[in-house]
Amino acid sequence: MIASIAWRNLWRNKLRSFIIIAAVMVGILGGVGSDGFMEGMVDQRVNTAIANELSNIQLHQPDFLLNNEINYTISNPDQYIEVANQMPEVKGASKRLICGAMASTATAATSVLIFGVIPEQEKKVTGIYQKVYSGNYLTDDQRIPVVVGKKLADKLELNINSKLIVTLADSSGTITYGAFIVVGMYQTSNNLYDEAHIFVRINDLGRLTGITGQVHEIAISLFDNEQTSLVFNKLSSSFKQQIDNKSIDIRTWEQLEPLLKSMIEMTAFFSYLFLVIILIALAFAIINTMTMAILERKREIGMLMAIGMNRGKIFTMIMLETLFLAIVGGLVGLLMSYGLVEYYAHYGLDFGSMGSGMSYIGYDSIVYFKVTDGFYLASFILVAITAVLSSISPSIKALKLNPVDAIRELN
Amino acid sequence: MSIIQINNLHKTYTDTKVPVKAVNGISLSIEEGEFTAIVGPSGSGKTTFLNLMGGLDTPTEGDILIGDKNIKDLNSRQLIDFRLHHIGFVFQSYNLIPVLTAIENVAFIMELQGIPKKERHQIAMELLKKTGLEGKENYRPGELSGGQQQRVSVARALASKPKFILADEPTANLDSASTEDLLNMMAELNKSENMTFIFSTHDKRVMDKARRIVTIDDGKVVSDV
Repeated sequence: MIASIAWRNLWRNKLRSFIIIAAVMVGILGGVGSDGFMEGMVDQRVNTAIANELSNIQLHQPDFLLNNEINYTISNPDQYIEVANQMPEVKGASKRLICGAMASTATAATSVLIFGVIPEQEKKVTGIYQKVYSGNYLTDDQRIPVVVGKKLADKLELNINSKLIVTLADSSGTITYGAFIVVGMYQTSNNLYDEAHIFVRINDLGRLTGITGQVHEIAISLFDNEQTSLVFNKLSSSFKQQIDNKSIDIRTWEQLEPLLKSMIEMTAFFSYLFLVIILIALAFAIINTMTMAILERKREIGMLMAIGMNRGKIFTMIMLETLFLAIVGGLVGLLMSYGLVEYYAHYGLDFGSMGSGMSYIGYDSIVYFKVTDGFYLASFILVAITAVLSSISPSIKALKLNPVDAIRELN
Repeated sequence: MSIIQINNLHKTYTDTKVPVKAVNGISLSIEEGEFTAIVGPSGSGKTTFLNLMGGLDTPTEGDILIGDKNIKDLNSRQLIDFRLHHIGFVFQSYNLIPVLTAIENVAFIMELQGIPKKERHQIAMELLKKTGLEGKENYRPGELSGGQQQRVSVARALASKPKFILADEPTANLDSASTEDLLNMMAELNKSENMTFIFSTHDKRVMDKARRIVTIDDGKVVSDV
């Protein structure tokens, strides 16, 4: 009956209870909504990075990543491709030659990273071919084709069929020139990437650099990013000998771009921090409301003590009142948050004109919200903890009441 | 048989500029089944005396023996438990729990005592019937008249099966008809259940019904008839 009294007490002053419920509701909506936005934005950035830039796992000659030295190559790359492709978790594996170069036209020049790829293999690993908005992706029948990013095309004033001259140092260290014909232009959500990465066929780049039968990178993409560690372990075990003799080095996307991983962790941290700050503010509102409620019911609580209700039960009654108040607000808040997150997860939040600014830092201009079940659960638990902690001060006030004083006030 | 034995009871309030001797050496014995009124002018100490008997306040000196227990020896937790099981209270302002219905108010004290739900419901129904509230079981206090609320309050006091009921000015907020009804009901319960009632009152009508009148003035018993 104590729970029943606590529940009914909530509705004695409906306006006051509704104000607190609304405050909890708005607080939860703010906390979960901001998490949905931040997590969605970071998740898109990570997914884009994996899909278009990094893939899930990469193999290199161990020293290659230090300075992209052209002679640090992987020999006999097909053995790795073959083993990777046999794993059921692997969507595709692609060989790449990578070379830093100066790209120029008649009007401008800029440094770029040239990726020499086998188009059909690359399509299974990265989604650049899906980002081509003008012209076509690489095919085998084109003549010295290159696919460039929109930002680079704008900078160098390139159009389809424009000629792009690249200058690079070949495997012998000799400066070499090559001409490519622009066959396609792509655009990702990352302007910086689009400005600095161009794609050609592996054989064309091989001829220019003098590297044949060897590659700089093998990129492996998976059906499910969650299986990255599993596949990493399987590959490490399959190629233990090559790793031990320093022929190759295997890295996951998290190892290749630790910033992305720390960004995910930071987002989670800030989401919780934001939620906790909101709840601390709410706690003060709850304490104030409950203290008011206790003071108004001082006589009644004194009477309950007089007739034999012990302090433990009075404490429980007040704690339950606070808990019910917060839980009602929390549940309604979570329900509204769920609706908000689902809406923006489906339709996205469009930043419109601000979007171009966001793409300079690698983010999409439309953010699709994402909130994990864990965050919903944690929000609910944090609300309950806030309620319990908030009930302590009003409860102590109630327990300090002397029934005699209450009786005196009564009569 | 004596159910309350009070010996040389003193209560002095020292939290005022000048110490106030609210109860100043009262010795009294109350027998089972009494219908006693404690009377006296305002400030005479009757409410303090009642609070001391009810274990709501602690004496400065003296003993209050209820059965074989000297309530002076009980700590605050034991006192709460003692009040729950041995003393019934009826307050001037009824003081029912406003969010509970009449039957729930009566059953609540039994829940505190740990009586099973079915049993307490049955007892509460019987008590409401005895106090003339049949058909009003599911009314909340706000839906009942003052007299009816005080009847629920009496039923609640009876529900804990106390040794005695302390009623501090129970008729102060009632009109004449309700006072008459309430007093008749309590007198009837006193007779049929042999329940001991101790009232503090100014009300002449209560005094007329009482079989014993203890008059207090300046914290002392000045007459006991």
